[in-house]
Order: sequence, then C-alpha cells, then structure tokens
Amino acid sequence: MKEFGYQRASDVSGALALLGADAGARFLGGGTNLVDLMKAGVERPSRLVDVRGLPLDRIEPTADGGLRIGATVTNSDLAAHPGVRSRYPALAQAVLAGASGQLRNMATVGGNLLQRTRCGYFTDVSRPCNKRVPGSGCPAVEGEHRNHAILGASAHCVAVHPSDMAVALTAFDAVVSYRTGDGPGELPLADLYLPVDGTPHRETALPQGALITAVTLPPAPVAALSRYRKVRERASYAFAIGSVAAALDVRDGVIREARLAFGAVASRPWRARAAERTLTGAPAGGETFAAAADAELAAARPLPHNAYKVTLMRNLVVAVLTGLTEEAAR
Amino acid sequence: MAPPPSSAHDSSITLDVNGDKHTLTVDHRTTLLDALRERLDLTGTKKGCDQGQCGACTVLLDGRRTVACLQLAVAAEGRAVTTVEGLAEGGQLHPVQQAFLDLDGYQCGYCTPGQICSAVAVIEEHAAGWPSAVTDDVRPEAGPPPLTDDEIRERMSGNLCRCSAYVSIVQAVSRAAAAARAESAGTTAAGAGEAA
Repeated sequence: MKEFGYQRASDVSGALALLGADAGARFLGGGTNLVDLMKAGVERPSRLVDVRGLPLDRIEPTADGGLRIGATVTNSDLAAHPGVRSRYPALAQAVLAGASGQLRNMATVGGNLLQRTRCGYFTDVSRPCNKRVPGSGCPAVEGEHRNHAILGASAHCVAVHPSDMAVALTAFDAVVSYRTGDGPGELPLADLYLPVDGTPHRETALPQGALITAVTLPPAPVAALSRYRKVRERASYAFAIGSVAAALDVRDGVIREARLAFGAVASRPWRARAAERTLTGAPAGGETFAAAADAELAAARPLPHNAYKVTLMRNLVVAVLTGLTEEAAR
Repeated sequence: MAPPPSSAHDSSITLDVNGDKHTLTVDHRTTLLDALRERLDLTGTKKGCDQGQCGACTVLLDGRRTVACLQLAVAAEGRAVTTVEGLAEGGQLHPVQQAFLDLDGYQCGYCTPGQICSAVAVIEEHAAGWPSAVTDDVRPEAGPPPLTDDEIRERMSGNLCRCSAYVSIVQAVSRAAAAARAESAGTTAAGAGEAA
C-alpha cells in the first residue's frame, strides 16, 4: 500500500477544507471498500480525510412525511430503524441482504452509494480495465462476465454496481444531498450515476470534491408494502447475481401504483420504468407481471455467459410481485 | 487549511483496548488487526483473509462487531476496542466462551476468537430487536424474530469456519443466547420484585 496522510474532520466545512483541491485525497467513511481497494493498489490516495465522526449520523422525519438519512448513518442503524422498517421495509431488507453484520456496522450510507464495482478485472491491477485505467480495454467483454451487466452497458465496460441498498433507494425516489466548497447541492439518486458510454471511469455526477451529506426519502405510502429479494450463489454474505426491489399498491385486483428497481444487472441501480408503466392500471396477476418484466428486459443485451440473467430477472420480478399481491390480499 | 507535509505518514495515537490505554506511533497504513497483533502482542485476534471476507479478525468497536483488517488503527483512536482477551471477567469465561467450550464450537480453533466476538454481538443485536435477512417481516409491529437456528446462521454468516464446525457453533450461540435471555428475565423479575 502506498503511504498516505490522515486527518480527521469534525464538521462538514472542515472536511471540505481538509480535502481542498487535492485530487489525490479521499474521504474515508467506514472504509470497508476503500481500505480493501488500497490494499489491492486500486486506490492510491495521497491523503485520507476521515468523515466517519461527522455529525451526520441521524435519521430524521421530514416535514412532508419522508425520512432524511444522514450520510454517516451505518448500514446497521439504517436497517434497525423503526421508521425505515415500517414505512420502507424493502430498504431495511436490502441493507440486511448486503455484506455481513461486521461490515454493516462499519459501512456508511454515503460510502455505500459510492462503493466501486467488484468486477475482477477492476480489482486486479495486473489486468486492463477502462474504469481503472481509461483506454486500457475491457477484458470482461470477451472474458469472465458471468455476473456482468445485461442492461445499459457499453463495449467499454460491462461492470455492475454492487449495492443492495441503492436498489431500494432508487425504487423509492431517493434524493442525494451533498456539499462542496461552493455550497449545498442535490441530485436525484436516479441521476447520481452517469451512463457508461465511453467513459466508465466517470461514475457519478457529483462535482469534484463533493461530500454526500444525506439521502432523503420522499413520502411513499406505496412503500409500506414492499419487498427486496436477492439471488446469489450462496445463501448469505455474497453479492447479488440479480435482485429486485418492488412495491405495489393493489386495490380490487388492480395495480394503482408500482415501484420496481433491479440490482446487479447494470452499472447503476436500475429503475424499471418501462415495467412500472406496464403494471400501472393493469390487473394484478402472473400475466401482467411477466409482461412488465418483458417490457423492461426488451432492452437487455446479454453477453455469451450472462444470458441466464434475463430469465432470472424475469422470474424474480414475477415471484416478488406475486408475493406482494398475496400479501396485499391478507 | 494547508495539507500536511508529504512526510506526515504516521501518527501518535492512543488505543483503548480491553480498558487499557496504549500510546503508540503508527504508520497510517497499519490496520487495527496488525496493531493489536504486532504492536500490542494481543494475538487472540486472528488474521485470516485480510480482506474483510472471513471474520477471523472480528473485534468489538464501541461494542459493535467489526472486522479489524479493514479498520485503520489511526481511525480507531478514541473508540473502545474489545478483543477476545477482554471478554472474560474476574477469571470467569464469558458465557459465550463457555458455551463454545461446552459444545465443541470449533475444531482447529483458528476462527474461534472471531466467532466468539461475533456471537457476543449477535446476541446483543438480537436482544435489541434487530431483524436479519431471514426475518420474514422486518416491520417493528411484527415484533422481534425468535432466534432460530436459521436466524443464527444468517447473523453469523460473516464468520467462516474452514473446519466447518458450524453445527456446534450454532448450538453454542443458541445456548448462550438462551442463557442471556434467562438472566435478563431474572434481573427484570428481581428488579420488579424490589420495586414492588
């Protein structure tokens, strides 16, 4: 690991000042991804500005009935929060489906959104990777891509975003608040991650040096009946090969509102808006659910070794929506 | 504020480990795991994968389980570290340690300190009402989930055991959790009695 400086910030403006204009400096949250990448030589910061102790560790109700989640809230505290569990259960489930109890205690909400892909070529500095070294190539396209993207990828990068939490946040229209030296800013989570195109090394729309301060969930009565389901190669403590966050409002057998987002299929959490349009106003049932999945997955461009994900996601959508419909009837 | 000189790659820190304060100078690259083992000679905490994947290095940080291999020592300053060496009190093994002994919750023993530290926290997390990924209904109105074997397996999934002693690990955690619940109920009953 390369040597680095370390400083601890006690407030947001202090953190921004410590980071300064140094492009080699990084904010340190829980460190569960950054420290690991530093050991692998993927990240080589000149300095770390420790923001874990910032007073951003509260979850508070907003005036309009949503929740504002501070950026240094740990995954554990988010998943244990009564308001999250009762009003956005799929978010608690998504967080609990990720990593291990130890890592959830360390990891923070802000860091979770900015974690990097687990693509084996990205984390291996001996291999080319357009995300790590722009223009060096993407061996995954012709190589190991069993768990890579089927939606929204490009010939330059087919890596997936690994977060579970962000999938549920995307389904619930979360908004990311940040601060820079110029003041505060906001981005809908759906716009935080940039399209891959020819620039996979540019991952987010955050300005240089920005610090995420909070994630706000708008009120969403539909989220009260929601579910996160994750498919992985072992029963626990593994990244998804496909996941779904879904919420349904069904009355008299008709879908009044639907929320749907996919994980582990794209470079970002994938809001399934084509599927949502198919669902809204349609009768709740297997045929509608399959049609909705097909509407979204029509855009899928699988690679030779990950075409299974198209079938997996279709079945997952039908299973989760069927389960929610049964729950609504109880 | 000007950035520090480029030579500022180490810091003098005070670590609070099992209630004892240790002042030492660490290279910022030093993980809490290496500081414990190599600098403080507390070798109970084990190095397995060194990548946050196996749980052998699990310690409690301010009472919460953490993998020490991904925790920078410099960032642990000001926080209370509890290692497996700090669990016993007055020569008496911690009930979780005793349960692992009684039920053979190990084979080679290398992952055991991490398993035990993790289990201590699992029991507390469950007692605090935290749901898990196998809790079907996470809503608080559904009440706390019973600590079934499935719940224990899920909650302990961050601790790998290459000898695969999982069956008896689950039994040990289950027994220690039941004992903790009984003691807590006894305390509550006694407290209520006194109050009455």
